[in-house]
Amino acid sequence: MGTPGTPIYLRSNSISRRRIVNRVAQALFLSASLVSTAALVVIFVTLFSESVAFFTHVSIIEFLTGTKWTALFAEKHFGILPLLNATLITSAIAVAFATPAGLAAGIYLSEYAGKRTRSLLKPVVETLSGIPTVVYGYFALYFLTPQLLRNVLPGIGVHNALAVGLMIGVLVLPIVASLSDDAMRAVPEDLRLAAYSLGARKYQVVLRVVVPAALSGIVASVILAFARAMGETMIAAIAGGFRPVLTFDVTESMQTMPAYIAQVATGDAPHGTIEYQSLFAVGLFLLLITAALNFIGIRVVRRWEIRY
Amino acid sequence: MGDQVLSAESLSVRGRSATVRKLFDGLMPVLVGVGVFVAVAFLVSLLLYVFSVGIGRLSPTLVTNYPSANPQEAGMRSAILGSFFTVGLSALICIPLSIATAIYLTEYAGGKWWSQVLRYNIANLAGVPSIVFGVVGLGFLVYGLGLGRSVIAGAFTLAILTLPYVTVTCVEAIRTVPDDQRFGAYALGATTFEVVRYVVLPRALPMMLTGGILGISRALGEAAPILVISGLLFIREDPTSPLSEFTVMPLQLYNWISRPQLAFQQLAAAGIIVLLAMLLALNALAIYLRQRYYRRLEAG
Amino acid sequence: MAMSDLVRAVSGREEVDSGITFDDAVIRVRDLAVRYRGRYAIKGISIDFRRNHITAIIGPSGCGKSTLLRSLNRMNDLIPGAEVEGKVLYHDVDVYSKEVDPVALRSRIGMVFQRPNPFPMSIFDNVAFGLRVNGLKLTKSEMYQRVKEALVKAALWDEVKDRLDAHAYSLSGGQQQRLCIARALAVEPEVLLLDEPTVSLDPISTAKIEELLISIKKDYTIVIVTHNMLQAARVSDYTAVMMPDEEMVGRLIEFGPTKEVFTRPRDRRTEAYIAGRIG
Repeated sequence: MGTPGTPIYLRSNSISRRRIVNRVAQALFLSASLVSTAALVVIFVTLFSESVAFFTHVSIIEFLTGTKWTALFAEKHFGILPLLNATLITSAIAVAFATPAGLAAGIYLSEYAGKRTRSLLKPVVETLSGIPTVVYGYFALYFLTPQLLRNVLPGIGVHNALAVGLMIGVLVLPIVASLSDDAMRAVPEDLRLAAYSLGARKYQVVLRVVVPAALSGIVASVILAFARAMGETMIAAIAGGFRPVLTFDVTESMQTMPAYIAQVATGDAPHGTIEYQSLFAVGLFLLLITAALNFIGIRVVRRWEIRY
Repeated sequence: MGDQVLSAESLSVRGRSATVRKLFDGLMPVLVGVGVFVAVAFLVSLLLYVFSVGIGRLSPTLVTNYPSANPQEAGMRSAILGSFFTVGLSALICIPLSIATAIYLTEYAGGKWWSQVLRYNIANLAGVPSIVFGVVGLGFLVYGLGLGRSVIAGAFTLAILTLPYVTVTCVEAIRTVPDDQRFGAYALGATTFEVVRYVVLPRALPMMLTGGILGISRALGEAAPILVISGLLFIREDPTSPLSEFTVMPLQLYNWISRPQLAFQQLAAAGIIVLLAMLLALNALAIYLRQRYYRRLEAG
Repeated sequence: MAMSDLVRAVSGREEVDSGITFDDAVIRVRDLAVRYRGRYAIKGISIDFRRNHITAIIGPSGCGKSTLLRSLNRMNDLIPGAEVEGKVLYHDVDVYSKEVDPVALRSRIGMVFQRPNPFPMSIFDNVAFGLRVNGLKLTKSEMYQRVKEALVKAALWDEVKDRLDAHAYSLSGGQQQRLCIARALAVEPEVLLLDEPTVSLDPISTAKIEELLISIKKDYTIVIVTHNMLQAARVSDYTAVMMPDEEMVGRLIEFGPTKEVFTRPRDRRTEAYIAGRIG
């Protein structure tokens, strides 16, 4: 620690050694945190470079506006609309299911459930998003469609968009429930008291004050749920089938963008072939849309959070 | 409103619309409870269905045998080992990275502008669909770096996929350490690294490990990225090195699910039970660790 | 009208602390006690609140003033673990009796809180909230009229008449509190309870609110909790003084016309409190 009699705050060997150790550690930690940024760069560069190769063979116009996708056939067309359409339809069904159910669950957890009930039920709801998606796919294909949906819509196909949408809805329900719950719990108690003091009943306080006040968080949760739904692969691959046809009939099979990628991956797409490159074009397209949605979702939350 | 004769009746429910409102108020908890009920109902029916189909097919061969065209003989051995190695390796990559990132974000770069950028990037990474990770892994790791369709390529991909989640958990873990503790150490002339090593990490580590375990449990269930990286191969041997070809449990299940024969459906259900059991065990471990950590916190 | 301590002696009841009753009292509190999770917050409170007058409740922090106020419109019901004993008679009906619907009660007895808490909506919607929630069937112009009247009474109309659609949070703190007053007045309650309404406001906003309270008292019965004795002295006709006893339970120790309470208080503790804060 320096010779006896030397004031401790003057630099000495061991203190500067400790400083060096700290600096090295800091550099190491910094490099670790740069990994996530590097990963993002790698993602975009990889997707872009292969997509560029793809678009030397396929026109962007055809890709964005074409209604035929026959990537794996002899005569190849690469219009993304069938895949995009299927992705949007299944995600819309998912959100149409998850929003009311999730919001109701969120309202229940936040405004009506007692402490103990809440601590029991919230983890149960969140378990739903922890189940591996192949299990959901299995359930959708072998139970949901044959046992449930066929009773309501007898003509429904083995693979159909409705089952996919519903199952993805169950998967993303916890996103809506959890974020809405957080948003509503963040509403100051003051506002509820003011509403009660004006003669409001509890449901009026909840529906007229709490939910509107938490709306930004609720909307954000729906947007994020939609983005998550769009990226879901296995449920669509298992229960939706591989039929890249532009249709609005939800009882039919349709292929989403992630399901197409899964199909190619299941088959054999040698490096450098157009099928291989199409993976990246579709992947990039999917990523851009979900990234835009996530961006909007986060922005929506922030803009309203300022209000408090 | 103020002119009415005041009596007990006038202070009780007034008018027809008021009665309606009172009724609705009583109904409301039931209406919103439906949301939770639906969620729980799906979960329960899913578990019941899988159990009912698969329970009969459970047997040791499920775990010891390799996949086979014959559903009676087929097993998940290669997939289990593949999952074990791939996810294990990804955890070895992801957890230290996450801890280091979390430390940097909270202890070193706390208020500075680039910590905002870093957080933003981590949030963006969290939003990338899992299959896109697979596609990028295929292009960059498998072919770009020439790692081939190997365990290590899968491990790296899963590591980056779970990185945001585990990092956020680690940040939360570090945040539970009160500032007083830090200030005490700084006041004695400690460097930031020493504060991290002697004050922050010991207290935050259990919670971080819990987060790591939960990250592992997520990675175990991922099929899509591995599907792209490894393809749907018929693996009939144990993975021997990081460069081996491999498959993972969810993928093996996908394989069986895709076959229409009833025997394979049952096989898939049995495999699902095994996978869910593992996830349950992992989550139970995480909860157990969390309880132990809290008890230590009370005592310490 | 005024009765002396004879009441106390004759009835032998400790509870009639105030010693004063009014024929034209709107709310009569008799032997009110409130417990939170078993622990008494206030006990033995008896007091009359006189119609069309302003009654102030003063006392040190934590002596139960807000608890007393909240008992009048059954806002205590919303606090888990709160139990109420005694009676609160609103026009001779005990508000805690089974036949009384607290929701209906609160449209007759309005409340303004310590910190302005307008809803995150437009100014108009804030004031209209109570009207909508109570199921009043009003035409658009009727609604507008009610909102306008309330804002006029709250001395806010001139400042917001051109921007009724503006968001409530665009108003200053003092304006927001007046908005909350307008919101409470729109329902046309008979009684207005205010819990330290100016404690977070600047002196000018405080003065505006004190002025408006005085200007509306001819149409309302007002009870105001304040820890600011000068405010009580300026604004109120009657003052009630609360103090915690040896067991830290809030008690009513003095009640009377404001002038008397401040110049010739009967209780030694009142004198000490006033002297300590003003003197």
